[in-house]
Amino acid sequence: MAPVAPRSGDAIFANIERVNAELFTLTYGAIVRQLLTDLEEVEEVNKQLDQMGYNIGIRLIDEFLAKSNVSRCVDFRETAEVIAKVGFKMFLGVTASVTNWDAEGTCCSIVLEDNPLVDFVELPDNCQGLYYCNILSGVIRGALDMVSMKAEVTWLRDALRGDDVFELQVKLLKQVPEEYPYKDDE
Amino acid sequence: MATTACFIIVSRNDIPIYEAEVGVAAKREDAAQLHQFILHAALDVVQDLAWTTSAMYLKSVDRFNELVVSVYVTAGHTRFMLLHDSRNDDGIKSFFQEVHELYIKTLLNPLYLPGSRITSSHFDTKVRALARKYL
Repeated sequence: MAPVAPRSGDAIFANIERVNAELFTLTYGAIVRQLLTDLEEVEEVNKQLDQMGYNIGIRLIDEFLAKSNVSRCVDFRETAEVIAKVGFKMFLGVTASVTNWDAEGTCCSIVLEDNPLVDFVELPDNCQGLYYCNILSGVIRGALDMVSMKAEVTWLRDALRGDDVFELQVKLLKQVPEEYPYKDDE
Repeated sequence: MATTACFIIVSRNDIPIYEAEVGVAAKREDAAQLHQFILHAALDVVQDLAWTTSAMYLKSVDRFNELVVSVYVTAGHTRFMLLHDSRNDDGIKSFFQEVHELYIKTLLNPLYLPGSRITSSHFDTKVRALARKYL
């Protein structure tokens, strides 16, 4: 029998090494600040953050699967739940909720009420187009990519832009069938 | 609430980074310039005084007719200067301490460059609310 997948990441979160939240927040802030100085264009910064997130995601998924003991998800609904309840808890220390499913079950929203990345942050007028937490969308995209799911992740609501919560829309584009690495008759 | 009060934050490089007229008195046109002038003149006194004490709150350092200049110097040598005509020492001290906390929050914002103008409207609203509360 497959091990029972944990429904929340609390236990794992309690056992893995953690860093001080302010150190983490300010380090991320310094990265974004530096990107803004280097790239100058807010759009470019968004892209770069997403790419950095992707690169994190494709590595992080392995750590996630190794430590969380989750078994194969039967459908995308379960995947989203695991990301929100276990994934976010494990790596960010917060839990998110999953809402707004469409009829086909391929598109949903992950809502973050609490986001450690944005403590202290306030967007100045010249950075209004910035998706400050764009790294998160990249991480999810990268992680799903590694488990053969092509997804598109976009921000629907951003508390830094005056909304009350953070809302990420995750849209499953296609599920890449796993290919056998060699032919049967060889 | 004080009838006249002007609050200015001066960066360590002597550049004003935030300014607010927080008095309830009817604005005279030349008032803003006069206030800036008095506060600017007080900067020299502050520079001397700041190193003579370990306290951040320097109390009143200068006066001009009925107007008094009170100053608070942060560890990073940012100066909060308040020009006022009221005699409410405790209130002013609390005002400075709370503004200091707000200022620290602003400094921690990675998108704010230390020493640049504080343009945040959130900061402005909070400072004005504190002024109403304490002055």
